[in-house]
Amino acid sequence: MTVRDVAVEAYKEALPALAASLVGGLIAGVVLGGMRAELRAVPGLLVLVPALLATRGNVYGSLGARIATALHQGLIEPRVTGGDERLRAAATAALANGVLTSTFAAVVAYFLLTFLGSRVAPLPILVGVAIVAGLLSGIVLTVVVVSVVFAGYRRGRNPDTIVGPVVTTTGDVFGILFLLIAVRTVLAVAGVF
Amino acid sequence: MLPVLLVLTLVELGSGLVLGSFEAQLLRYPSLLVLVPVTIGTAGNLGSVLAARLSTSFHLGTLSFSPRDDELAGNAVATLALAVTVFPVIGAGAWVATFLVSGDTSLALRTVVIVALSSGISLAVLAVLVTFSATYVAYRFGLDPDDVVIPVVTNVCDVLGVVVLFGVAQVLV
Repeated sequence: MTVRDVAVEAYKEALPALAASLVGGLIAGVVLGGMRAELRAVPGLLVLVPALLATRGNVYGSLGARIATALHQGLIEPRVTGGDERLRAAATAALANGVLTSTFAAVVAYFLLTFLGSRVAPLPILVGVAIVAGLLSGIVLTVVVVSVVFAGYRRGRNPDTIVGPVVTTTGDVFGILFLLIAVRTVLAVAGVF
Repeated sequence: MLPVLLVLTLVELGSGLVLGSFEAQLLRYPSLLVLVPVTIGTAGNLGSVLAARLSTSFHLGTLSFSPRDDELAGNAVATLALAVTVFPVIGAGAWVATFLVSGDTSLALRTVVIVALSSGISLAVLAVLVTFSATYVAYRFGLDPDDVVIPVVTNVCDVLGVVVLFGVAQVLV
């Protein structure tokens, strides 16, 4: 193949996935743009945004890849029975990894910003936001990843090629959306005490 | 998997600190803030698509690490072409979305499109360099590029996305 052939093929193959994640990214951006009041109210929250978004992508991308592999190997059936032990174990591990990593990000961000002398919200607020956002987005992303991979597999699509774009798109949107919900919840709870 | 996640989190917090350092500017110009997730995401995607293709060619044995290799050159050209196609749409989309949601026009449409396109071209060049180097290192150390290169490239491109957006915004806004 000539350089031109390779380039044309690579371009055509990648454009649809990029276009899909572009739409997801813009929706996430609009939610982030509408969160300016919360970003001002919780200094340090913006510093957490890339880490939280990447965690969603890394954890649930890997969950999707594991489910896809298990389907290929015939270890699980493409049906949500709730009783399948492997599926439940993989989903629980992903959720635990997601929440732990988000909490770790919040703690490290708090100490980094304190060390740098920047303004930062109290540790319990940042950690609370990270845990609530990690749990809520984790539950929704698990459901989305499992249903999309199963539905795709039953329709004869290769789950490996669906997982990436689905996780990047929904991960960004739900990641930011649940971050907003988590900040509002934690601020409301903190306001009560 | 947890240790890898924690290390990647530290890397991502680095880009968070860069983001935090121009928080005032981002809060003043909402269309720039809207650009943040989509720029990070697209940069990561450009890198991961390229990495996945190179590692497949690598496994198929059609890849040689020579500057005259057609696979390398073709994939590099495609990455640049994708960035030039997608980033003006990202800029215009961010401006229109901001305008529709909040009526904000603190930055001109043209400025946001130019910021997005300049960031996109720089990111495509960086994504190509990072992916080629990471694939080459994996090859030299006998590692499977599927396991190593894709997560490294995706997260490095995430960070570069923020750094490049910051740099371009300082020059153009």
